Amino acid sequence: MTNAAVQPGGLPPELVGLDPKWSRLVTARCRDGDRTFHLLDCNRHATGLTVVCVHGNPSWSYLWRELLAAAPSNVRVIAPDHLNMGYSDRTDADRTLSDRIDDLGALTDALGIVGPVITIAHDWGGPISLGWAQRRIDQIRGLVLTNTAVSQPSDSTPPWLITTAKSARVLRTVTQRTPAFIRGALRLSSPEPAPDIRAGFMAPYDTPERRAGIRAFVADVPLEPSHASFETLESVAAGLDQLAEVPACLFWGTRDPVFGEQYLHDFERRLPHAQVHRFSGASHFVTEDAPVAAAFWDWVEALQETGETSDSYAPQLNRSLLPSASDASPLVVELGEEGWRSIEPDLFLERVGRSAEGLGAIGAKPGDRVAVMIPPGIDLTVVLYACWQAGLVAVLVDSGLGVKNMDRALRAAHPDWLIGIPAAVTAAKGLRWGGRRIVVGEMDSRLRSVLGIERSLREIEFLGESAARQVRPIDADAVAAVAFTSGSTGPSKGVVYKAGHIGAQRDAIAELYQITEADRLVAAFAPFALYGPALGVTSIVPAMDVTKPATLTAAALGEAAAQVDATMIFASPAALQNVVATAESLAPHQRAALRNVRLIMSAGAPLRLGLLQSVARLSPSAEIHTPYGMTEILPVADISLAVRLARGPGPGVCVGRPVPNVQVRIHPLDALGLPSESATDRPHILGEVVVNGPHLKESYDRLWWTEHRSRTADQWHRTGDIGHLDRDGFLWISGRVQHVITSPDGPIAPISIEHAAERVKSVVRAAAVGVGPLGGQSLVVVIETAHRGSNPLAPAAMVKLVRAELESDGLQNPVAVLQTPKLPVDRRHNSKVDRTKVAHWADKILAGGRPSRI
Amino acid sequence: MKILVTGGTSLIGRAVIEMLTGRGDQVVAMQRSDASIGGAHVVTGAVTDMAAVSAAVQGCDAVLHLAAKVGIVGTWEDFHHTNVEGTEVVVECARSAGVQRFVFVSSPSVAHGGEALVGAVAHPADPGLTRGHYATSKALAEGYALSRHSPDMAITAIRPHLVWGPGDTQLVGRIIDRARQGRLAFVGSGAALIDSTYIDNAASALVAALDRCDVIGGQALVVSNGEPRPIADLVNGILAAHGMPPVTRRVPKSLAFAAGWVAERAWERLPLDGEPPMTTFLAEQLGTAHWFEQTHTRRLLQWEPSVSIDEGLARLAQHVADR
Repeated sequence: MTNAAVQPGGLPPELVGLDPKWSRLVTARCRDGDRTFHLLDCNRHATGLTVVCVHGNPSWSYLWRELLAAAPSNVRVIAPDHLNMGYSDRTDADRTLSDRIDDLGALTDALGIVGPVITIAHDWGGPISLGWAQRRIDQIRGLVLTNTAVSQPSDSTPPWLITTAKSARVLRTVTQRTPAFIRGALRLSSPEPAPDIRAGFMAPYDTPERRAGIRAFVADVPLEPSHASFETLESVAAGLDQLAEVPACLFWGTRDPVFGEQYLHDFERRLPHAQVHRFSGASHFVTEDAPVAAAFWDWVEALQETGETSDSYAPQLNRSLLPSASDASPLVVELGEEGWRSIEPDLFLERVGRSAEGLGAIGAKPGDRVAVMIPPGIDLTVVLYACWQAGLVAVLVDSGLGVKNMDRALRAAHPDWLIGIPAAVTAAKGLRWGGRRIVVGEMDSRLRSVLGIERSLREIEFLGESAARQVRPIDADAVAAVAFTSGSTGPSKGVVYKAGHIGAQRDAIAELYQITEADRLVAAFAPFALYGPALGVTSIVPAMDVTKPATLTAAALGEAAAQVDATMIFASPAALQNVVATAESLAPHQRAALRNVRLIMSAGAPLRLGLLQSVARLSPSAEIHTPYGMTEILPVADISLAVRLARGPGPGVCVGRPVPNVQVRIHPLDALGLPSESATDRPHILGEVVVNGPHLKESYDRLWWTEHRSRTADQWHRTGDIGHLDRDGFLWISGRVQHVITSPDGPIAPISIEHAAERVKSVVRAAAVGVGPLGGQSLVVVIETAHRGSNPLAPAAMVKLVRAELESDGLQNPVAVLQTPKLPVDRRHNSKVDRTKVAHWADKILAGGRPSRI
Repeated sequence: MKILVTGGTSLIGRAVIEMLTGRGDQVVAMQRSDASIGGAHVVTGAVTDMAAVSAAVQGCDAVLHLAAKVGIVGTWEDFHHTNVEGTEVVVECARSAGVQRFVFVSSPSVAHGGEALVGAVAHPADPGLTRGHYATSKALAEGYALSRHSPDMAITAIRPHLVWGPGDTQLVGRIIDRARQGRLAFVGSGAALIDSTYIDNAASALVAALDRCDVIGGQALVVSNGEPRPIADLVNGILAAHGMPPVTRRVPKSLAFAAGWVAERAWERLPLDGEPPMTTFLAEQLGTAHWFEQTHTRRLLQWEPSVSIDEGLARLAQHVADR
């Protein structure tokens, strides 16, 4: 097909975000003669690296404007418009994929680009960039792909948008006669780009003649083997093997109806060494919706850093994760329908072995991901340890996250298998979670087929029983789990651990709390409910909904303790809160069992001293410990109630000294509240808490950029918490980095302010936030009280009391004290206040906005 | 230093003259009435009278130009005459007399319309943005004064925000009057953060500006206590200092704005006395945040407020009790 009009290339008009100095016209010798390309070209005299940016359809080099704007001065960046696209020549013939690969080569030859190159491409620019790279293996130093494809994964259907647009009847109307295709593509963006940006994307495509390239580009998508470009695309896909040594990175918008995540996973299979960052919520035009330019340049910079010394620990297993079979006491005890039941170590190991073999027998390969959705108890423990035995990766998503966050987590983790109770596999069907499904428990066979369930756990174990058993030691260096953070301090992230990290965490807990095989543990705290077998101790799960910690009653805890004659209790603060509140209902034998406990451990959220003291009255002989840490590394530090009381009050919460093998440093905050790059171990300096230890996670899952930014230069973990070390080496935590109030007198940590305000009777809890510009913020205290009415201003008498408490601690005087009937808290711990939300609300109210709920 | 202070009978004029004479400066106070001001040599005359100003400024090293027509009633011609033409006269007479330092007392309202100001910095005066004759005329006057800054005569503009204290008839007086009449209500929730300046701090800032004029000439600085407060907290604090109960009545911002619009039209067209009870400008002022970044000001002036809001309210209460 030929185009109606031949037009020469030309320079673009003035457009938002585009520096006219970048634009140039370059003529290159193409297969069908000399052609003029428009390209953006910055730092063109830089002598080292060149970045080549390849756009797709329907767009043009405008797509890369932010990448050029952020380019370091020693890197040349070129972003050409393909022929018939953007401001390049409109030629007399449609161009195929193979033509476009040739065209790009002709252009880089004309530009004399012979040095090292990193490519970045979007949409159908992906195969073009890869085709170009395969012909220049000696030049290519890195490949970056964003929302693109090289093949149609066999288990999926082509994007409906493309199939619809390609159907003969609509093709010309949608893509050429009207600007509908380009307008529709931009509308995929969330939020839709501003009108001036949309105008920028549409600028070169103002007439049907100028849109012919868009139509031809769509028509060139090879959906069927007979298509002229099918073979080229196949060869580009096959040629990826040649690029196995080239560093690669996949930046992906997760809400792309064109190139959805099945294409990301296809690339992950083809380029297993590639780093991945999923930009959650970003659409097809991921560069418009997410800070891809910043991430890209960080990746390029990281690529060039070599031989940096790092303090990373090599994962290792000092002893097996599996318990020894010789012990006769029960390993896991749970409450079944017919009362308490238990499993002994020999049967446990038997079931673990059978399950591991059975999973292998139905096709699970080492490294496969298994979403484990079973409440704490015998079956969960068996499945989890079977995964480790079989070299599988357990994906652990706390159902306490809520359906929306669980859904996000499972899409991010992309499990190959899903093993769950009936409710979980039903949700998996309804929400179309990936992975072959295995049900735990009995289920009607018809229902099973409706839900797409292949096997039950019992059938898997049966399969494993008949298989020849080979017990392999667990590889310390194999990835063992992906766990999702609570999301209370940002969006829920997958955290990757190797088996060695889990072993190191087990060792840290065992050493810290002097746990021996004689101990018996009540595990009411989800992560540690799993560690009983690895610790070699009896663990019992009390009758409660583990996803809702506040459902643990004193009687349920006491009963579980009595069942195993418990020596230790692990429970979350919310659970302990309810235990204290329901202590009246304890039966005498339950009360007696709690009195015998030697250690109570509670973690996950800040704990009030008053609560701990109430717990101490129920278990007077127990040492009460509160470890400090996060999903990425737990424990970091630990303190007992007695020591905490002895330290007295101070600025923040004293979380104890670092546990053995864990190191803590402080990165001081500057005037704008940002942590500096260099660490200090001097006492009483407020800054970000940075940690390292043998049980620090491997990485964040499919979040390369997040991982990169969470590490210091020597690979320590930035916790995002702020605090300081005192003279005796105790760590004090006083808030989150993003919650620091940057007053003109320096950074203020919220927690000390909140603790002072919370001393006022009738203040349920308090949040300290800043309003105003960074570096010039004013301190505002928002208190939760049982007041009625809509007045956001606390009454004068209350303001006076709050100010007096702050003054007595030598803290800054707040400009305002606001009140609310309810401060927003996270759903997992029901205690971490969402200060960002509170700050937005306070900002609005104090600017004169209409009073509203937070 | 010998200093000409115009408009010395105002609250702030008296406070700054007392401070200057107290430290040994010579003060010539020019004003329209012949009221005596402790320690100052009083000259009567209008700032628009070139002969009178010329005579008063002879032999002075510095000028503190406070005189202005304030308030929300009056014709544009009146405001322009006193505030713009008066400033031109004082600046030019000072220049002719060889004065080296000139401090123009301005207002934060010269740079803003009705938008919320949250930790704002002092933008250049802009008569295109201002609301009301007072702010517009002061914007023109400040623009003129700063344009005449030169190495021979350093000129700086100081914009104190909402000055109050014992003896203040403007802010404190009006609040008390209205509360007594039961006519006080907050616009919106009353939570809008408002900067204010206790009188002693305003005076010490102006003295600092005279001392630092050679360094900071050509600039405009906003001065406040640097302790913004919800407007309801400040107003109820002032009421409490007078032994009066807090005001709890609130009117929606839209209603206050509408009332202001009606009142403005009525006062324009009808022979009504005094000031309208509400104007659209006032509705916005009372219902939106107005507070300023102070680090820059304090560093340039090498000055810190010495009386906090709480201390100021205590002094106000003491003043009421002594009366």
